[in-house]
Amino acid sequence: MPQKLDYLRETASQTAGPYVHIGLAPKDAGFEIYGQELGKDIAGPNAAGERIRVEGCVLDGMGSPVRDVLLEVWQANAAGHYAHPEGGGAVEDGFRGWGRVISDFETGEWGFDTIKPGAVMGRGGRQMAPHLNFWIVSRGINIGLNTRMYFTDEESANAADPVLNLIEWEHRRATLIAARAMRDGIPVYRFDIRLQGDDETVFFDI
Amino acid sequence: MKPAEYYQRDRTLHPPAYAPDYKTSVSRSPRLPLISLQNSASEITGPVFGHRDIDPLDNDLVRNFPHGGDPVGERIILHGRVLDENARPVPKTLVEIWQANASGRYRHRKDTYLGALDPNFGGCGRTLTDDNGNYFFRTIKPGAYPWRNWVNSWRPAHIHVSVFGSAFAQRLITQLYFEGDPLIPHCPIVKTIPDPEAIEQLIARLDLNATIPLDAITYKFDIVLRGRRSTLFENRLEGN
Repeated sequence: MPQKLDYLRETASQTAGPYVHIGLAPKDAGFEIYGQELGKDIAGPNAAGERIRVEGCVLDGMGSPVRDVLLEVWQANAAGHYAHPEGGGAVEDGFRGWGRVISDFETGEWGFDTIKPGAVMGRGGRQMAPHLNFWIVSRGINIGLNTRMYFTDEESANAADPVLNLIEWEHRRATLIAARAMRDGIPVYRFDIRLQGDDETVFFDI
Repeated sequence: MKPAEYYQRDRTLHPPAYAPDYKTSVSRSPRLPLISLQNSASEITGPVFGHRDIDPLDNDLVRNFPHGGDPVGERIILHGRVLDENARPVPKTLVEIWQANASGRYRHRKDTYLGALDPNFGGCGRTLTDDNGNYFFRTIKPGAYPWRNWVNSWRPAHIHVSVFGSAFAQRLITQLYFEGDPLIPHCPIVKTIPDPEAIEQLIARLDLNATIPLDAITYKFDIVLRGRRSTLFENRLEGN
């Protein structure tokens, strides 16, 4: 027998279930318990950059909205820095760049306010186009799904983005690009996520 | 320190997206392969939390939702460590839990099970691991409950656990079960996991040495997050 490797094995994932709100967004489950719920303010008051809103719906394989989904978003600031010791540089006071949002129990619609991130330095010195990183959990999702949202008004940056270019089927890249519209003077990006079926969103193994 | 990548996730120990005996997964499972990404700054970073984000009582589910008394049920301590695959502790990481009460009832607007709500039990808690990756909660042992998968499906007693680690690539939600529960091998959600050892790793162990005599029984549950490459060999994440 060869020597044994002494690595541990990652703990297996299990679905977040229908009552994920109790743990991660208890007010939405129907009760008040914490002094503050986390992930409500993504950018903070001092962040530079364009203030935007992001909205969408997660759709199942039947095209029905998933009404018990929870999404987490992770993003850089307008300078392309993440609020993390290895995030590439300083961020504004109060900028965490992380948020948590749930879908409406009736419509499945979700939305949050933030700032538009800047381009982030990628591997090998290649810039990545501005993007939001998503992690999606719900009942029926056995392991959290990772995807990215890109911005339709970043056409040339998107065309050069090393991650988008990794997607062999060019038409599938469009599933990650959010459309922009103005509402009350604020840009609103629409990002629908299709779990399955025609136009299935691209998900990543990160 | 140069940024280093995380070990590739071993997808063979995790449940597949499509697990037809867990019926809800059928229409919520992507059918196309995931696109494998080498880590960039977007994956090796993740939110950082501190003691200002939470209250000291948040990890005490026996006392964090008081309405005139303590909740009913078996008082337990749940403790363990958050480690990575290199067996290194993950310090100061946020651990969040949620669960049903002793009757198997969730405090949630959508739960209609006839098991009684407990006025003194909210059912959620959160804490940060210490410098050695240790965490603990005080809570009530949750009850089993029925759910609509097949007509006669029961969830084993379980606590949902959410952990962040240091990077978005380490983000994990799982469920812990209790040693000796006869419902575990019957559960379609447990059985989404193809690897028997990975299932065993989700079963918290009775830890008699750590019980509080005449007060609370203790279970130990260690959580392992993805490990990180050593920087011994440059992998050129940044630069050229």
